[in-house]
Amino acid sequence: MSTTGFAPVGTVVAVRRRLQRRYALVMALLAVLTLAAIGLALAVGDYPLPLAEVVRSLLSPFTGNVEPAGDFIVLGVRLPRAVAGLLAGGAFGLSGVLFQSVLRNPLASPDIVGITMGASATAVAAIIVFDWSGTAVSLSACVGAVVIALLIYGLSWRNGVTPYRLVLIGIGMSAIAGAVVSYLFTRARIFDVQEALAWLTGSLNGASFEHLAPLALALLVLTPVAAVLWRSLNALQLGDDTAKALGTRVELSRLGLIIVAVLLAAAATAAVGPVAFVAFVSGPIARRLLGPAGNALLPSALVGGLVTIGSDFVAQHMLGRNQLPVGVVTGAFGAVFLIYLLAAAHRSGRGG
Amino acid sequence: MAEAAASAKGLAPSARAGGLVVLAGLLVAVLVLSIAVGARAIPLSDIWSALVAFDPSQTNHRIILDLRLPRTLVGLLVGAALGLSGAILQGATRNPLADPGILGINAGATLCVVLGISVFGITQLSGYVWLAFLGAGGATVAVYLIASLGREGATPVKLALAGAAVTAVLTSVTSAILITSVETLDQIRFWQVGALTGRTNEILLQVTPFILAGIVLALATSRILDGLALGDDVARGLGMKVQRSRALVGLAAVILAGAATAAAGPIAFVGLTVPHVARAFTGPNYRWLLPYSMLLAPVMLLGADIVGRVIVPPGELQVGIVTAALGAPFFIALVRRRKLAEL
Repeated sequence: MSTTGFAPVGTVVAVRRRLQRRYALVMALLAVLTLAAIGLALAVGDYPLPLAEVVRSLLSPFTGNVEPAGDFIVLGVRLPRAVAGLLAGGAFGLSGVLFQSVLRNPLASPDIVGITMGASATAVAAIIVFDWSGTAVSLSACVGAVVIALLIYGLSWRNGVTPYRLVLIGIGMSAIAGAVVSYLFTRARIFDVQEALAWLTGSLNGASFEHLAPLALALLVLTPVAAVLWRSLNALQLGDDTAKALGTRVELSRLGLIIVAVLLAAAATAAVGPVAFVAFVSGPIARRLLGPAGNALLPSALVGGLVTIGSDFVAQHMLGRNQLPVGVVTGAFGAVFLIYLLAAAHRSGRGG
Repeated sequence: MAEAAASAKGLAPSARAGGLVVLAGLLVAVLVLSIAVGARAIPLSDIWSALVAFDPSQTNHRIILDLRLPRTLVGLLVGAALGLSGAILQGATRNPLADPGILGINAGATLCVVLGISVFGITQLSGYVWLAFLGAGGATVAVYLIASLGREGATPVKLALAGAAVTAVLTSVTSAILITSVETLDQIRFWQVGALTGRTNEILLQVTPFILAGIVLALATSRILDGLALGDDVARGLGMKVQRSRALVGLAAVILAGAATAAAGPIAFVGLTVPHVARAFTGPNYRWLLPYSMLLAPVMLLGADIVGRVIVPPGELQVGIVTAALGAPFFIALVRRRKLAEL
């Protein structure tokens, strides 16, 4: 996309307009696909409903046109599940793209730098050692994510933090947390192990609006913060020295973005468990759809939501009688999409 | 040694050979300890006599030849293989996060072993070896093919992303099987941790030829890696065939890591961290980095295995757990103290 030499002003404007159009197109495409996925999730199931019926149920609190059985299925069962997928997927997608951008490494999602592993270690300990369940497990996952993030950041601090050191220390902490999980797995009774594995896989089962409230609140507060801080990120992408020269307060921006990313990952993990790979694939998918058209923040969140809802649909309805938790499918679903995009990228410069 | 290593360049060139000798000495000490230490302590004199004049009626001799020696040699080979494969993979992808896991090796091996247990009812460790090898190889070929699609070919970033994507697919299938089959989960949870327990002469003989061939091939790629470290464009400018070189390195890595995983289960941490530790001593030069990694990794693996044998008597702690629990704090301290040579 380089405009070499002295490009006429008209060309620059035309290029910019084309990029804006592409961004709008990608956002519209993702929004339509997400809405379609939600529609499908509300209509399809053991008790299939026509779309008109779904719409009537959704509007029933306002129109008063109530029909108890259908309303319970749509509003009480399927809608919370779809919303859980949308919110958790969105939070994971945002968190992932923030980490990948701040740390300047496409592999550095919260799955890999240790945040998810910290949450898993405390949650598995809660299940296996203390025999807790439900909210207590969610809370311990949240605490684990925040504590390991603090440890990673604190240990990386030495006259400031470099992305390289942060990533390496993240791997180290992740390995320690992983060893805790492995140790508990080999020592526990097999039934406890099974329960812990189910939690580790991540699932939208039993989603309810009360459980989702903290996650919704986190997204509502943190997304605007991320959007504001994101502006300084473009400078961070150029490397620490250049960013400093451009007047960005490198350390502060980076810390702010990491805090936002950690809190998003923690809130989503507490709500649905550490659903695998959503955080990892959302950013790269969004970037490949956008090409050079810039700001991947919101598209990544939409991709995250779409991948999660789509995976849950596949897990629920398309794999025979065994209804699997969503985390089993997100890996396959998101990854296949990413593989397609990798293969389809023929222009150079789109490799990252 | 600590002062000399404080800079990003590592030891002074004249001290590097000396460092290698020290490492080799450490390795010999760990090998001897690994044969001597365990639930039954064996005096050094017995080790010597068991090796030169084996007497089947002596319990100590039987323990040494049937249990401790194969376990120690498997640890030596697996360690060397993991250290080398980690170092050359990080060089080929120019990513500090690259490890045998990144090419889908661990995920492919795990899936095949899980399938072997759940579909064919295989429960013998020696039966897992070929399954793990098959899975590791298949996954790597898939990763490489995917990364090669598109016009640029297999760039480091595409390799890393394709590796992570394939890992995701394979892990999904694995967890689908494990969630629906408690028996398989019960079997796999001990293999999946990574352990040297119960590795017999049979397993040793199965993997030795692969690891030896992999070591030769990997050590021969040091010049290629020094070239790739300059970036693809410069390397191409110097007349290197970048794609073919990277494929060669990948081949060496998959032979090594595949065999290591087949023998001991997926031990991720060693391949990931040992090259970073070695780089603190050698600087970025692969001619030194590769032998350092090759010697350092088995020291770490066998050291961790010895600790795991004695730390929770009468039981054992799997080596995969101990390497992470002991190695990670050490690794973190190292990352904090030194300015590491970046890739």
